[in-house]
Amino acid sequence: MLKISADKLNSLFDAVSAKQSLYIPVDRESGSAEYRKYKSGMEMSKCLNTVRSAKDFFFPQTENLADFKMNGKNIEVIDVREECEDFVIFGVRACDARSFTILDKVFLAEPVDSYYKNRREHGTVVTMACTRPAETCFCTAFDIDPTSPEGDVAVFSDGESYFFKPNNDKGQAFIDSIADMLEDGDTAELAQVQSNTRKIMQMLPLANLSTDSFGGEKLMEHFNSEKWANLSESCIGCGTCTFVCPTCQCYDIRDFDTGNGIKRFRCWDSCMYSDFTKMAHGNPRNTQLERFRQRFMHKLVYFPANNNGEFGCVGCGRCLAKCPVSMNIVKVMKALEEK
Amino acid sequence: MQEAMIKRAKELLADGTVNRVIGWKRGEFVYDSTPAVFGTADEIDAEFVFDDFTQANVSKYLVKESKKDGKILAFLKPCDTYSFNQLVKEHRIIRENVYVIGIPGGPKLDIEKIKAKGITGILNVKNVNYTLEIETLYGTEKLPFYEAISGKCADCKSKKHVVYDELIGEDGDVLDSNRFDMVEKLENMTAQERYDFWRGELSKCIRCNACRNVCPACTCENCVFDNPKSGIENKAAADSFEENMFHIIRAFHVAGRCTDCGECSRVCPQHIPLHLLNRKFIKDINSLYGEYQAGADTTSKSPLTDYRADDCEPSIVHERGVE
Amino acid sequence: MQVNENFEPVIVAFCCNWCSYAGADLSGTNRLNYPANVKIIRVPCSCRVNPIFILRAFQRGADGVIICGCHPGDCHYTSGNYFTRRRITLLYSMLDFLGIERNRTRLEWVSAAEGAKFADTMNKFVEDVKKLGKNRRLEDLRCRKQ
Repeated sequence: MLKISADKLNSLFDAVSAKQSLYIPVDRESGSAEYRKYKSGMEMSKCLNTVRSAKDFFFPQTENLADFKMNGKNIEVIDVREECEDFVIFGVRACDARSFTILDKVFLAEPVDSYYKNRREHGTVVTMACTRPAETCFCTAFDIDPTSPEGDVAVFSDGESYFFKPNNDKGQAFIDSIADMLEDGDTAELAQVQSNTRKIMQMLPLANLSTDSFGGEKLMEHFNSEKWANLSESCIGCGTCTFVCPTCQCYDIRDFDTGNGIKRFRCWDSCMYSDFTKMAHGNPRNTQLERFRQRFMHKLVYFPANNNGEFGCVGCGRCLAKCPVSMNIVKVMKALEEK
Repeated sequence: MQEAMIKRAKELLADGTVNRVIGWKRGEFVYDSTPAVFGTADEIDAEFVFDDFTQANVSKYLVKESKKDGKILAFLKPCDTYSFNQLVKEHRIIRENVYVIGIPGGPKLDIEKIKAKGITGILNVKNVNYTLEIETLYGTEKLPFYEAISGKCADCKSKKHVVYDELIGEDGDVLDSNRFDMVEKLENMTAQERYDFWRGELSKCIRCNACRNVCPACTCENCVFDNPKSGIENKAAADSFEENMFHIIRAFHVAGRCTDCGECSRVCPQHIPLHLLNRKFIKDINSLYGEYQAGADTTSKSPLTDYRADDCEPSIVHERGVE
Repeated sequence: MQVNENFEPVIVAFCCNWCSYAGADLSGTNRLNYPANVKIIRVPCSCRVNPIFILRAFQRGADGVIICGCHPGDCHYTSGNYFTRRRITLLYSMLDFLGIERNRTRLEWVSAAEGAKFADTMNKFVEDVKKLGKNRRLEDLRCRKQ
């Protein structure tokens, strides 16, 4: 496999960023990480994952869709889309890489979301295999192998070097573009690292989490469960879980009056909010119980029902770490499983 | 402490003084307890927890809980009693329906502080003579207790319970805290430095509303930011202005009512020091209109619903401190 | 700071119906000059000014916001302006804390008889804001005129 030694990683970043925008996870002062546009001298974060997920690159929190201008009695519609330039996201974890597959099912199904598609086509996803999973990780429950992530190119580290493996044509093209900096490497050490990581995965506290009792066919059983009352009691109705989630894909479309025209934009929305899917007649889900249930039913029941059994969760563990009251999908799954 | 609390909770349930208990429920890990209401002694035995990680302020849940049938037992830490009292003062909590047991406060641990040290795969955290022994998947790590305490406990303002029906443990005193140090530091910066500081912080905001929803002072039935008729409803900050707007208005709406419980900064997924905005208001109120601690009592007038004929003029803002 | 001589700031003035609004009228009938940059919004009492109004003015392109009300003690509703005074002091202090230039905000008490004071106040305020230049720190880029 082609590799580059760890001390040359930054020169690789310099070379890539000279040709196109490159985003890497970097450390923030407070000990967490976020994706930033690479500038010479930036160090890649050692954190397992970023606070915000990588979905922002394809599905940003807010985006302008169109502008309207009034000219007398005429309304002029202005398409504000700019041709998206090619970009590379480096260091995406296996969970986030899978989340793109899930988002694709939503945004690339007919009718295709051209804003999303545009960015997806221009972006190259370079993933990074995990070596130090956290206690909150449970991606294996969704058949994700963190030691061999999806994405256009998968990168593996044995501590001294980074190995590059293409997963598709786009990945191969990326590797070809940097081939002059790579050299052939021996992967024996790498196999050892992978097998160690797999062993750790089995020791994780959530290693035995099972999805067997969920899926489209369990709709009524879970929907009518009496456990929701108890589970949703502590929920404060904020959108933290939704907004750090790599797979949550609900959005709202709004018009903003700028005083000299209208900007139509879309922004993330959360099913935890009281005005989510509010219609002329009011809100279909009036209580926090219903809103809370919606989020988990969507991920564990509705989504698989519509997508050949694929769940709408990738087990990244962000909601476990960030929920203000520590109520999360794992607690919900375990509670619903109990008879 | 946990045993004493469980014992007393079961007694009060058994003699019918209360029919529910609000406290904290054990989580998946050593640190992720969830506020919960318990209805039976069995539930309490199985899941009730009170330890170094039970930080959450349960006062706000009592707005809803105190309106249900029967009396509920609430375990309140000193800082939580201020929030509780303030809510009673604002007629949001029905005092008669809550049996308050005051329990000792922190310092509590913040798991995010531990994780920020690069410690991951946390399986257990033990406090051995104020050194944390943290058992992880990758070996055991040690950390001084005080390096992992929650921000809100580091600046603790009071160990005194301002309201209770009974106490477990000793009552403490109002402390001389240096909680305004950071506000002062910012005040002494230039306007450009302050602007840069806050832009750096507020631009991290993801508008998840966790700060608002957890805040015991934010109990509006319909927030201006959720109300389409308010003209300023927004679900996401589409511009830096909207980031500023949300946080200025939110801090302003709780000015004079914020007890400085620190929940806003605790829950922020992006670690924005939101409490500094509230503390700025508290500091201004203290220095311009006299010392005032929201929640300390249920009778005094709050500074923003009160006035004096000889109050200072707003021009004071233009004259003092650093431009 | 470089002062752009040609820069004409947009000023929003919230004026109480019972005093400063009449004061503005008086300064007009007395043919006193005050800059055309000042856009007056009439409010029933200075106390009606919600902090959101002030922020919205900045959002939509104001470079300075001034509130004018009755002198303390003279409120048409007895005590409205006393509440204004506390509220606005705290708000201006917060804007200052966030690094917004402090001279972009002001509060003055102007009675119905003080036409000259109204004109003076506005002249002075426009001059001060002119020195600061365009409001950039509390601007909504989407509202910038193309």
